[in-house]
Amino acid sequence: MAFQILLNLFIAFVWMFLKVSYDPATFFIGYLLGLGMIFLMRRFFRSRFYLRNVWAVVYLTLLFLYELLKANISVVKIVLKPKLDFHPGIFAYETELKNDWEITLLSNLITLTPGTLVVDVFEENGKTILYIHAIHVPDVDEAVEGIKNTFEKAILEVSR
Amino acid sequence: MTEILDIVVLVFILIGAFFSVVAAIGVVRLPDVYTRNHAASKSATLGVMFILMGTFIHFAAEDHTNTRLILAIVFIFLTSPVGGHLINRAAYYTGVKMWDRSVRDDLMERVGNLNVRSADGKNRKTDELKK
Repeated sequence: MAFQILLNLFIAFVWMFLKVSYDPATFFIGYLLGLGMIFLMRRFFRSRFYLRNVWAVVYLTLLFLYELLKANISVVKIVLKPKLDFHPGIFAYETELKNDWEITLLSNLITLTPGTLVVDVFEENGKTILYIHAIHVPDVDEAVEGIKNTFEKAILEVSR
Repeated sequence: MTEILDIVVLVFILIGAFFSVVAAIGVVRLPDVYTRNHAASKSATLGVMFILMGTFIHFAAEDHTNTRLILAIVFIFLTSPVGGHLINRAAYYTGVKMWDRSVRDDLMERVGNLNVRSADGKNRKTDELKK
C-alpha cells in the first residue's frame, strides 16, 4: 500500500516536470492522473488498490466517533440513574487479530465503547485473549457480538 | 452567519461541560475503581473534546485558525483510553477488589491468586481480599 502511494507521488512529480509548471494545481492534476493509472494497473500489484484502504481508515474513524458518543450516553444513563442496579464483571474475549498495532487499536476501541474497558491482554499459543471489564455482565453476549461484527471487521479491512 | 456559529459554539461548549460534570458525578457515585474508570475515561474524554472543538470553531470564525486545538483533540483521543486501561490493570494487579455485586471474573482463573500487600501491611492472597 505504501508503495502505491509513493508511486502515485512519483507520477505526480513526473507530470509536473512534463508540464514545466511547479504549482499545487499541476501537482493535483498529476496525482489524479496517477490515481487513474494505478487503478488501471491494479492487477500487477500484490496488495489491492490503495484507495480502498484509505476508505477503510475513514470508516473506522467515523465508527470510533459514533461509538464514543454512544458510550457517553450510556454512561450518563448509568450515572444519573437513582438506583445502582448493574452487575459488573470481567470476561475473556478471544480475538483473531495478529499484529500488535491491530490489538492496540482494538483495545482502544473497546475501551471507548459502551460499558466495556480492557483490563489485560494475554497471548497464548498464537491466540490473543483480551480481558474486558464490563459494567453490566448480562449484556456481555451482545457486546461480544458487537465487537466482532463492527470493530474486528473494520480493523481487518484496514490491514488487508 | 456569525450568530449561527455562536449558537453552534454555545451548544458544543455546553455539551462538553455537561459530559465533564457527569464524569465528575460518576467518579463520586460509582462503587469501585473499575466502574469509576468507565465514567472517567469516557465522559471526560468526550467532554474535553467538545470544549476544544467549540473553542476551535469560535476562533476559526474570527480568522484565528489554531490547528494546535485539533492536535490536542487527536492526542486526547489517543491517550485517554490507554490511561484508563493502565489504571485498571495496575489496580487489578495490586489486588484492588471489585464491587461486591460483581458477578464474574475470568481473569482470576487466568492469573490465579496474586500475593499482594494489603492495607494492614501483611501479604495476602487476592481471593481473600475479594471476599
